[in-house]
Amino acid sequence: MTEVKSPEVPAPPAAVPDELTPGHARWHGLRPYLPLVALVLAAIVPYSTANLPGIFEGPLNSPGTLQLLAICLVFGGLAAGYDLLFGRTGMLSFGHALYFAAGVYGTDVLVTRAGLPLWQAALFAVAGGTILAALLGAVALRTVGIAFAMVTLAFAQVGAILVARDFGGWTGGEEGLPLDVSGLPSALVGVTNTVNLYWLALAYLAVVVLVVHRVSGSPTGRVLAGLRDDERRIGVLGLDPYRFKLVAFTLAGGLATAGGVVYCLIVGGASPHVTSSELTLSLLVMVVLGGPGTRWGPVLGGILYMYLDHRLTAFGTSDAVDNLPAVLSRPLSQPLFVLGTVFILAVYFFPGGLASLRTRLSPLLTSLRRPS
Amino acid sequence: MSAVVLLTLTGLGLAALYFLVASGLSLVFGLADVLNFAHGLFLGVGAYATWWAAANLPGAGSDGFGFVVAVAFGVLAGALVAVLVELVLIRPLYTRTIEQVLVTVGLSLAGVALLQATWGADARPFPRPSWTRDVTGVLGANVPNAGLLLIVAAAVVLGGLLAFLRWTRYGLVIRAGVENREMVTALGIDVRKAFTLVFALGGAAAALAGALGGVYFGTVSPGQGGSLLIFAFIVVVIGGMGSVVGSAYAAVAVGLLQQFVNYYGTSGLGDLCVVGLLAVVLLLRPQGLAGKVATA
Amino acid sequence: MSVEPVLAVEDLSVRIAGLHILQGVSFTVAPTGVTVLLGRNGVGKTTTLRAIVGLTPRNGEVRGTIRMGAQTLLARPTHRLVRGGLGYVPEDRCVFAGLTVAENLRLAERRGTTPAYDKVFALFPELDRRGRQRAGSLSGGQQQMLAIGRVLLNDNRLLLVDEPTKGLAPKVVTEVAEVLERVAESVPVLLVEQNLAVVRRLARDAVVLSAGKVAWTGNAQELLLETALTKSLLGVGSGEVHA
Repeated sequence: MTEVKSPEVPAPPAAVPDELTPGHARWHGLRPYLPLVALVLAAIVPYSTANLPGIFEGPLNSPGTLQLLAICLVFGGLAAGYDLLFGRTGMLSFGHALYFAAGVYGTDVLVTRAGLPLWQAALFAVAGGTILAALLGAVALRTVGIAFAMVTLAFAQVGAILVARDFGGWTGGEEGLPLDVSGLPSALVGVTNTVNLYWLALAYLAVVVLVVHRVSGSPTGRVLAGLRDDERRIGVLGLDPYRFKLVAFTLAGGLATAGGVVYCLIVGGASPHVTSSELTLSLLVMVVLGGPGTRWGPVLGGILYMYLDHRLTAFGTSDAVDNLPAVLSRPLSQPLFVLGTVFILAVYFFPGGLASLRTRLSPLLTSLRRPS
Repeated sequence: MSAVVLLTLTGLGLAALYFLVASGLSLVFGLADVLNFAHGLFLGVGAYATWWAAANLPGAGSDGFGFVVAVAFGVLAGALVAVLVELVLIRPLYTRTIEQVLVTVGLSLAGVALLQATWGADARPFPRPSWTRDVTGVLGANVPNAGLLLIVAAAVVLGGLLAFLRWTRYGLVIRAGVENREMVTALGIDVRKAFTLVFALGGAAAALAGALGGVYFGTVSPGQGGSLLIFAFIVVVIGGMGSVVGSAYAAVAVGLLQQFVNYYGTSGLGDLCVVGLLAVVLLLRPQGLAGKVATA
Repeated sequence: MSVEPVLAVEDLSVRIAGLHILQGVSFTVAPTGVTVLLGRNGVGKTTTLRAIVGLTPRNGEVRGTIRMGAQTLLARPTHRLVRGGLGYVPEDRCVFAGLTVAENLRLAERRGTTPAYDKVFALFPELDRRGRQRAGSLSGGQQQMLAIGRVLLNDNRLLLVDEPTKGLAPKVVTEVAEVLERVAESVPVLLVEQNLAVVRRLARDAVVLSAGKVAWTGNAQELLLETALTKSLLGVGSGEVHA
């Protein structure tokens, strides 16, 4: 026996229901409203002029900070959507970037090249991305496990090639395609309106969290969880695993496309890196770091990952790191080196991700609070 | 006619590169069920170690026997890194496939970033013997020698791997393990030793691909492994996971298809056709061309 | 009986993917002869053998103790257990189909010991003749012989044999039973077997599992004589025991 007493499952188990986690009685009544409180707090962030040196470069309501936060929020939503596949259904897709890129490039091309109004472009992009997910999912889901991962990876590679080779001159190839803002609603254009994009990103995140939460609480969600734990058992119940997986795949694809639309507006265009397999890999990293199958883990993982990815570059060029010997300072100035290493350590030592920290730390905290 | 010969030989050169990467991936996957995203890192290590050795290692150089020494150093470095990865990162997660894949994902991100941190993100000119820059006339076509070198190297590796699998005890264990790993342990064999060996072989082959790919492209850059890796994955799936021979056939099919369609059609169309081929193969034969059966 | 058992299973529980397959199984295997593990389909016979040899799937959880002599088996890797003298002939034979017969046998060789090819070829002359044939092209009976032969190349303290006659023609069933009878003269066997004729021929002791628990232990021949008991435990009457 190699592992007698550790019934490890590929994806760490779903979150402990709230009523089972230890907590203070006086907080108990408030707990259901905490997400709402967090939402309101996040919504009023742009009204704060607080300066957090070291954490952000400018005050909270400066356009630079708001744009970074908006990107973080979008990726929080993307990670939550990806978790619908990985953490909640147990599907390891390596092609999620494709649907995100469909949103980014779909919007950009329809607005910039075809001159459509934004709302039409967004609508077409999301519809197109969802249909694309349904079609490709229908093919890819004929395989399972690692083969599924490879097939989705290959499909996403087609997207990357199409974009990079610039067929028909639509995508701008390696250069990317800046968004033509002349036809856009004025509230979404210009540095001073970054705050509106921030709220848009926040709304996107809220919608994704709500959708994922509703789905996973529904009978369908319970079937998906069953598929993750043991696919055969779902088959025995007379349910068709293929259909349920296709529903999850399509839904996650649609959510990712919507995220792409928002991202395109925030960064004002499209660049080929959104099609790369590296983007899917980082989604996987976000979910695993945050805690697969939990409500807030992937969101936190996504936000934290993007924040670190942006800020570590600045951290790497800071004096503190520059003064280190080159052996240390050079790798530390590479965000992906730090994130990749943290990720590997997380796989080993924090299989439940950030979301498991509370339950892991609670015995420690309790013992600290009540010294015996 | 000469265009066809040229395309065939350059296509085979590409196929050789794919095969060198895919053969190791396929064996690792067939035996250990690990989809190794860090395989591109082994390629990068091989390329950079060769590049470094050519300039810094005594006895090594960019021409003649010195170049052979440099490549041998690169291959050794690739194999060594692969063994370390297996022993330190993969083995503790024995049979926990998803976690193993996740670790290799993290490693591919961190490893490439480390190469980038050490030698910069830009492509560096690769040391290469002067004769590899020349062309050889084959049936009226001027074929780059670097491509021919790749083809010869891949053929030698293919022959060597098959002989190893066919004639040695470890080869026997690997072939049996690809078929049914559990039964190998049930015969009293520690199959994990074979894992390490397969990682070493795969790392060495990938490092060779890195070194000779550097000669072929003339430059070396940190991301080189990543883009090759995706096509190598496709080759592995088409060829059937765990089959060295299947990988060889699939590499030739993919390399030729890519080269011919990219030439006669639009550039990039060949890459798409390769993915199309993958979809067709999967729909018709989900286990790939050779399936998960005997390796030699 | 005061004879020290070769294998003692105590309070063995196995849970796989949340299903409680074995729930506190205890029994012993006598140091000589064949002990047969009986029970209807799905009661956990194969799970028991696999737990003993350390091949419970990764999503499974094993509790209890298993001892072979003074040695505790649980939590030790399979290849160590096998090298320690635990021979395992799995269900469905599991020969390596792509390898030749000779290669299948060569895999079972161990460094430092001389493989007993003469013994194996004396039992199965067919394996000697078909050395270069691919194991996948052998008949079911020949594959079973190969699976048993592989194990007999080395000295064993105990053999675990899982349904060796499954899916074989009646004539071949008899051949396999004959072989096992001769094997059991020199090494104790824990046998999972559905064919009651084979059980009657080979088994001395019987352990009957039902719904993840031990329902009956005792003398196998006595069990087979009690038609009603056999029927209630195994779902078949011993009237079906003929041939």
